[in-house]
Parts: sequence; C-alpha cells; structure tokens
Amino acid sequence: MAEQQKDDEILGKAYDSKIMRRLLTYVKPYKKYVVMAIIMNIIVAALPAVRPLLSKIALDTYIANKDYNGLLMISMIVLAVLILQAVVQYYLTYYSEYMGQKIVYDLRVQIFKHVQKLALRYFDKTPVGRTVTRVTNDVDSLNEMFSSGIVQVFSDVFVIIWIYVFMFGMAWDLALVVLLVMPFLIYATMVFRKKVRETYRDVRKHLANLNSYMQEHVTGMNIVQIFAKEKDELEKFSAINGEYRAANIKSVFYYAVFFPVVELLSAITFGLIIWYGGGEVIQSKLTLGVLIAFFQYTEMFWRPVRDLSEKYNVLQQAMASSERIFKLLDDETFIPDAENPVKLEKVKGEIEFKNVWFAYNPGEYVLKNVSFDIKPGETIAIVGATGAGKTSLINILTRFYDIEKGSITLDGIDIRQLEKRDLRKYISMVLQDVFLFSGNIKTNINLGNDEITDAQIIEAAKTVGADKFISKLPNKYEEEVKEKGATLSVGQRQLISFARALAYNPQILILDEATSSVDTETEILIQEAIQKLLVGRTSIVIAHRLSTIQNANKILVMHKGELKEMGTHQELLAKKGIYYRLYQLQYKDQEVVRTV
Amino acid sequence: MLDRKRKGNGLELFGNLVHLKKYFLRYKGTLALGFIFIILSNIGNVYIPLLVKGAFDELQKKLSTDIIVKNAILIALTSAFAGLFSFLIRQTIIVVSRKIEYDLRKDFWEHIQKLPMRFFQNNSTGNIMSHATNDINSVRSFVGPSVMYSVDNGVLFIMTLSILFSLSTKLTLYTLIPLPFMSLFVYLVMSKIHSRYTKIQEKFSELTTRAQENFSGIRVIKSYFRENYEIDQYSKISDEYFQRKMNLVKLQAFFHPIFFVIAGLAFIIIFLVGGNMIINNELTVGTLTAFILYLSMLIWPMISFGWVANMIQQADASMKRLMKIFNEPYEISENENTNHVIKDLQGSIEFKNVSFRYKDDLPVVLDNVSFKIEQGQTIAFVGHTGVGKSSLINLIPRMYDATGGEVLIDGINVKNIPIGILRTNIGLVPQENFLFSDTLANNIVYGITDGSQILIDKVTEIAQLNKDVETFPNGFETILGERGITLSGGQKQRSSLARALAIDPKILILDDSFSAVDTHTEEEILKRLKEFMKNRTSIIISHRISTVKDSDKIFVIDKGKITEQGTHDELVAFGGIYADLHTKQLLEEELSEME
Repeated sequence: MAEQQKDDEILGKAYDSKIMRRLLTYVKPYKKYVVMAIIMNIIVAALPAVRPLLSKIALDTYIANKDYNGLLMISMIVLAVLILQAVVQYYLTYYSEYMGQKIVYDLRVQIFKHVQKLALRYFDKTPVGRTVTRVTNDVDSLNEMFSSGIVQVFSDVFVIIWIYVFMFGMAWDLALVVLLVMPFLIYATMVFRKKVRETYRDVRKHLANLNSYMQEHVTGMNIVQIFAKEKDELEKFSAINGEYRAANIKSVFYYAVFFPVVELLSAITFGLIIWYGGGEVIQSKLTLGVLIAFFQYTEMFWRPVRDLSEKYNVLQQAMASSERIFKLLDDETFIPDAENPVKLEKVKGEIEFKNVWFAYNPGEYVLKNVSFDIKPGETIAIVGATGAGKTSLINILTRFYDIEKGSITLDGIDIRQLEKRDLRKYISMVLQDVFLFSGNIKTNINLGNDEITDAQIIEAAKTVGADKFISKLPNKYEEEVKEKGATLSVGQRQLISFARALAYNPQILILDEATSSVDTETEILIQEAIQKLLVGRTSIVIAHRLSTIQNANKILVMHKGELKEMGTHQELLAKKGIYYRLYQLQYKDQEVVRTV
Repeated sequence: MLDRKRKGNGLELFGNLVHLKKYFLRYKGTLALGFIFIILSNIGNVYIPLLVKGAFDELQKKLSTDIIVKNAILIALTSAFAGLFSFLIRQTIIVVSRKIEYDLRKDFWEHIQKLPMRFFQNNSTGNIMSHATNDINSVRSFVGPSVMYSVDNGVLFIMTLSILFSLSTKLTLYTLIPLPFMSLFVYLVMSKIHSRYTKIQEKFSELTTRAQENFSGIRVIKSYFRENYEIDQYSKISDEYFQRKMNLVKLQAFFHPIFFVIAGLAFIIIFLVGGNMIINNELTVGTLTAFILYLSMLIWPMISFGWVANMIQQADASMKRLMKIFNEPYEISENENTNHVIKDLQGSIEFKNVSFRYKDDLPVVLDNVSFKIEQGQTIAFVGHTGVGKSSLINLIPRMYDATGGEVLIDGINVKNIPIGILRTNIGLVPQENFLFSDTLANNIVYGITDGSQILIDKVTEIAQLNKDVETFPNGFETILGERGITLSGGQKQRSSLARALAIDPKILILDDSFSAVDTHTEEEILKRLKEFMKNRTSIIISHRISTVKDSDKIFVIDKGKITEQGTHDELVAFGGIYADLHTKQLLEEELSEME
C-alpha cells in the first residue's frame, strides 16, 4: 500500500530519456502527421516573418516613391500571406491536436485492455480510484505534450530562426546589435524558470498538505465534532492554509519581476534599434522601413522564447503521468494461460481437488490440504464459519487465483491446462454481492454477449421467476439500470444475477448465496429459482439456506482452512461435530421460518 | 414568470460572483492602489510609441542624433518605470487574490465544520474536496488574473485609443473598422466553445464512471469472460470522447487564425490608408510607426477579452456550487433556548418517546423509545445490526437531533445545553474508528488542551494499550496512519477508547468498541473501566454477551423499539432475542476452540 501511495506523489523529472523514448513509440503510427506538422510549422513560422519585410518594401519603395498602386499591390500580397498563414495554422492546430488525441485514445485503450487482463491479486491490493485515475486523468495530461507540446516546440524554434534569417538578410549589423540582448533574455528566463520551479515545488507541497488535511478531517469530521474541537481545528487549518498562501505569494513575486524584465529588455532593444539604426539612417545606410521591420521582429521573438520556457511544466507533468502509466503497464500480475491448452470436446462436469494448498499472501495458507471430488450433475454445499475458506475454494476453481500446491482437475484435466476463456465458459459464477452495471436489464443478463438471443434472455428470466417483475417495469427488458442497480431491490438484483448465470447455460455452476435478508415472498421465489438453477449441472453452493443444504448431494464442512467433515445433512448431524454446531448457529432458525 | 426570467438573465450570468463582494471590500485599499498602479504602468506603456514616433520624425529630417539618442534612452527609462508599476500590480492585485482565496477557503472550512453528520453522509469526501480545491481555485482565477487583466486591458485600451485619435482621427477610424468584428467573433464563439466543453466533460465523466464500474465489478466480468466486450465498450466511449474533443478543436483551431487575420487586416489598413496619407503629406512616417506599435498593443486586450470571459464563466459556475454548500443549514446549533448557565453535566439520561428517522422519506429508525439511566449506571444496548442502536446513542451528543420526543440529560433537553458543554462531557467511542495521522500521544489527548504524560499513561493503561505502545518505534510519539505505522483494528479501538477517557467524561458511550479486541484483553479493560467509571454513566453497545453481561441493565432493541430489558440473568431466563444470542455465542466459542 505504502508503495502504491508513493505513485501519486511522483513529481517527475522534466526529462527522462527512457520514458521519452517509450512515449515516442506511441507517436510512430502517426509519423506522417508529425512530418506534416513540422512542414506546416516551418511555413507558419516563416509567414509572420515575411510581413515586416513587406512593410519595409511598402514604406521604402512605394510610399517613398508615392506609388499608390504599388502600395495597394503589396497590401494585397500581405493579405494573401495572411490568409495562407491562417489556413495553414488551422490545419496545423487541427492535425497536431488530432495526433495528440489519437495517441491518448490508443494509450487509454491499451491501459484499459491491460487492466482487464490483470489478475484479482492486483485488484485486491489496488484501490479502484487509483486505477481509474490512470485511464482518465493521467492519460489526458499527456495530450498537451503530444499535441501542443512537441509541435509547439518546433514552431517556437522555427519562429526564432526565421526572424533572425530575415533580420540578417535586411541589415546584418543591426541584427547583431539586436542579438546582443538575447543572452540577457535567455539568462532572465533561465533564472525565472529555476525560481518558479522551486516555488512551484513549495506550492505543491503545501497544497498536498492542505488537501490531505481536508481529506482526513472531512472523513473524521464526526470525531472533530464529538470532541468539540472545531475551534482548534480551524486554527490548524488556517495555519496550513496560510502556508499555502505564503508559498503562492512567493511565486507571484517571481512572475511580477519576470514579466517587466522581459518588457524592459524589449524596450532596450527598441532603444538600441533607434540609437544604432537611427545613426545609420542619418548616414543613409539604412531606411526607415528597416527600422520599422526590426521593431516588428523584436516584438515577435519574445513570445516563442517565453513559450519555450513554459514547456518545462508541460513536460514535467507528462513525465510524471507517463511514469505512473508505464508502471501500471509493466505490472504483470497475470494468471497465465497454458502454452498448449487442452480443448475439451464435451464437458461432463467432474471436478476433483487433490491436496490443494492456497494462500493470498505467501506462507499464510487459507486452504490447507483440501481434497474432494464432485461427480457430474451433483450438487455440493459448502458450509463453514466466516473465514473458514469457503470463498477461496470457489475463487481458485475458476482460476481467479492459482493454487500453491496440489491440483484441481475438470474431467480429469488440470484446470491450468485449459484456456481461462474455456474454463469460465464451462463454469458460471453467481457472486454473493450482486454486481449490476449501468445499462438496462437485458445487458445485465447477457452482459453484452450478442450470442445470447433476446428469446434466451427472456427464457432465463422466466425460469428464475424474474420475468414477473421485469414485465411490470415501464420499459420491460429495456428498463434502464442505474449504477450498481440502485433502483432495484435486493431480491430483484439477485434474481437478475440468477438469470444471468442461466442465460450463459454453463455445465458447472458456482453459487455464493447471499446472506442479506429478504421478505418471505422473495425468499420463496429465490429458493425456487435456486432449485431450477441447479438442475442438470454440477453445482457448488456456498450455502446459507437450509433448503439448499438439505437438497445437496454432499456437504463439505470447512473449518479454519481445512475440510473437516463431509457427508449428507443427516449423516453430519448425527456426527455431532462442527456441522452440528454450525447448523444450530446458522440454519436452525430457518426451520421456524419454513413452518410458519 | 417568463418575463422575470428574461430580465434576470443579464445578472444571472455572473450573479453568483456578487457573493464575493465582502472579500473585495476587505482589501479595497490595496485593490485601489493596484488600480492606480495599472494606470501608471499603462501611462508608461503608451508613452513608448510616442518616443519612437518622436525619434522617427527627427530621423526623417536627418538633422542631428541628439534627440534620437535622448529618446532611445528615454524608451528604456519609461519601460523601467512601467515595469516597476507592472511589478507592483501583481504584488497588489494577485497577492490580494491569494488572500481572498485564503479567506474564502477558511470560511468554507469553518462552515463545513458546523454542518451536521447528515451532510457528510449525503456528500462524498471527494465531492466536498472538489469544492474546496477546484471550485475555490477557479473563483481565485476570477479574483486575480481575470480582474487584473480586464482592468489592465481596459485602461490600456482607452489610453491607446485616445492617443491614436489625437494623432490622426482619420487613420484611427479606419484602423478600428476590423476590431469590433473581433469582439463580436469572440462573443459568438465563446458560448459555442463552452457548450462543446460541457459535452466533453460529460463524456469524460462517463469514461470515469465506466472504468470505475468495470474495475469494481471485475469479478463478474472475469467470471463471464466479458473482458473483450468491455474493452470494445470502453474503446467506443473513448472514441466518442475523442470525437467530442475534436469538435472543440475544430472551433479552437479556427479561433486563433481568425484573430490574426482580423489583426492583420487592421495592419494592412494602417499601411494602405496611412501610406496614402504620407504620400499626400498628411502623416509622418513616425506616426505610422506609432500606429503599428499601438496596434500590437491593442491586439492582446482583444484576445484576452475572450479568455477572461471564459474564466469568469467558470468562476461563476464554481461560485454557484460553493454557495450551495454555504447555504447548507447547520441544523444542529444553539438557539435562544440554549441555557448558557449550564457549565457541567451530572450524567443522568432520559429518552422520552424518542423517534428518529434520517430523512422524511426514509422509514423510522427509532420508534417512540423511552428509558431512563441514572447517573453512575452502566447500561447496555444489544440487538442485531441495523436495528437503530448507533442511531440511538448518536442522539445523546446531538450528532443528530431526535425527530420526535425528547432526549434529556440531568432532566434538561439536550437541545438546550450548550453544544460545547454537552460534547466535552460525553466520551463517545464510535463504531468506525478514526485516528488522525498524528502522533499517538496527540491522538489520545485530542479532546483536551493540556494533556500530561501522567494522564496519557493512565488512560492507556485502562485501555490496555500500554504494552502495545512499548513495541511502537517511537512510543507515544509514533506517528499513525499513512505516514506512520498502521495500527491493527484492536489497537485502533483501544486508542480510540483512551482518547475518549482522556477528556474525563461524565458519560461514556462505547459503540461496539471491542469488536476487534480479543476477549481476554476485553475482560482486562472492562475490569479497569469499572473502577474508572464509578459515578460516571456508561452506555455500551455490543454484539458480544461477554461485554454486556455485567451491566446494571441491558436493553434489547429490535426494529427501532426496546423489546426486552433487564439484567443478564433475567434476559437469559426470558428466552427472547438476548437468550438466543447468548446460546449462539456459546456455540461460536465452542466452534472456534475446535481444531
């Protein structure tokens, strides 16, 4: 857990070549977009630089010579350049965003796919919210890097290059003078970036403190209130809140200094152009048009320099997100399929556990040396106190987890030799906590499997007695099911999960009976449904109902991870052992209910 | 009705932000100063092109370099002047925005703390957190950057325009032709962007919900081997998300080029019209240069207008969400009937026909419950899960208020006892243990202001935590929780007990507080508690017979009513729910001892 939590605190280096190289593999399929973007970038970066040149020509050639038609013509050229620039810019933005979003899409689907394959051990140790963040926020934060990030860097660099190309072309000595200011600008930007990074780290630290304080105290608000600590807590909160404010104000300072400094450098450049260039103009070495063009260039290159320095944050965030994503993608908690899986032609449904040992955590066995066998068509009931190992027993049968020692066979073949897909097709599981997905009743029964026809769905619902309440719903089988089936009653949810199992028509059925109490009417419905479910197939039931254990061919009594007793209801009662006591504890009361 | 709605629209647009008035007023001095700095800084900014113009006009005459050099130096100095004030703008306005953020968050927290448990049950922690972080943050962007940029750009806009008019009315009018289109364009596109953005958010939350649901229901998916189907479904939603994003991109990609085309048009007009005026000797090259420089100054205000509008829109929506929380009633509070003379409690408790339900449309949890507990008695409540035991004891320290009847302490209705007095005299150990990630010592003395080591030692001994503490890395100074060590369930329960004992309560309430403590330790604790609780009132809820059997009186609760009451022996003899529970626990003990 502790290690997992650290994941979210990864701040990330600004650049990690290993991560970057891996990220770039996602760009590969979109190589042509990258090439296209770069070409368009070169064009888009050059076009604005053309404009000052044209304005120079307009001033020096046409206005100076009072050539109004020439002026009109060059204006039209500027307009044409402008429109061209707009069109290219549009496509550039569109396609670089397209590429970025596509990559994000690919990555998201890949992560989701990967998570689907992960074994339950992964889900046991990872809070759902954390995995959700990986496929949502973390992936999304990469978009900026792929779309505007990479492309923008190119564009910024090209803009600077083009500006200098044109400036040197017009007046190399004046360009050199302007160039003098460049080191100062770069230096200022670097200092600023460093300071901002430091304060940013500070801000994040205090924000994290603030958030964890709030998170903790919202969760424990009842304690705060019970102990009447509101005043003290408000003081504590204010202190943390105040630290966060101080850190922010500190970062405001650097921004407040940096922007005027850039402006000042720009003004100094203006001064230099007028001072040096002005002298040249007086000596008629330069024209006024050149000076005006230079003013425009000066204003142009501060933006790309500043943009470039801001890319640092984008990069840093992307690195942190991708590090977390790659960590998840590298998690290979899989239940592997056999290399040459065996295919069963026809499943009879004979199951055998032979000296099975199983542990969730190495060394802490929850199942110890369990052996038994189930003949085809038999119904087996598993009983035992909480923590006796009942659920583990069914978890390993469908290979949610693999066992440590011993073997489990289906029709004489080790289940590890079968494909998981086939195994789970043969065995359906009805879990104690019925899980319904948002969708409708139909999709909750067939779980989106188109091979199960509507007729089969209705047939299954009818058999388990769910059809009665479903047909009363306004939209019947199309009735919307909200998240976790919130609109349905406990009993209705159970019946749907029975219908689900039946619709898949498995050779083997595992049923973990729910303990939650329902009204008598529903109870009778459920009992009848269970009987119909078990007919004609091998069944394993974690039994909480007296009726179920009485109808079972064999009862397995689990106790502290071991199989302690086995036999029919009457045999086991006569033994006066563990089962006898369990019966008194869990099932005897139900006799009263039945006679009532 | 319709009419009112239409009228309200203008105000409604940013109506929620009106609630920020009191915060702005708090810093009105600094803000006023900030606005003065904005004016000063912009005076500097607009002066620079004039200096350039002056230099150019000189250059055209090609006389001397004196004025040119002077102007060059002046440009740098003016910029330094403008820069100084630009620095001060941020130091005032943005700093104030951080202060307002602080105040707002503080008020938010102060408010949250007073809200009843009901609120915390209806709102997830994540939801409350998102208000305190995202929403306050977006309001902050309004208070700081939005206000600063709109004022700054507004001032700059007006100043620039006045100078342009004074330089050449004709050229200014021509130059201005394209600019209103820019504003109109912003106005039209922003609302579209907003609606597309909302659509993206909707899909994003679908992406989140779907993933959440999938990962939570992974067992079902795996047992029916539906992974591929789920992947398809998720890919589909991802694709829809992608499409919606691209829908926005199409608009955004359009946005930027349109801007510079319009700006470029203004530029062309300056050259075309201005050039013609130069040809006709109506204008100097210097003025033309000044126009070009001013134009670039005007572009940013025009662009930022849309940006600011967007921020304000978001801030308004956030403020609306915040106001919803700020308007949550405290429900449990002191009123005119509160008797502030009460400084202490004795500890007798009486429930008089108490009924309780969590919500009007939910079934009753407690139905007309009446009983009396004398000071110094130990009383137990027993019953199945969900019958209302915890709800019952929560009414005593007013974590909830009874919906019918009266809860009395020392004969006084709890609603008339000052909340602070009431709660500091009741030691409640809730069912769900919660310790703060702080040192163990601080957790134990949480309820008191000055906890001595003697006291800590005493209560940890009673709670039988002393032996555990010896094994902790830093003893009492060991930090608990995420950043420290994780306590076992039993250790948590015993720490929580120690914390309740430390406040020296007149009434101690244990809500199933020993469920994770082994029976032997429990016995030791109960033995010590008996001594400590002399003359104090104790209420114990438990599922374990061993915990309650020595109580002065045991109440059995079933379906919101007291169905059985008496001593252990009486109830066993009675043969009801209690007796049944008793037999079952004997069986369970037997079972757990079997090998």
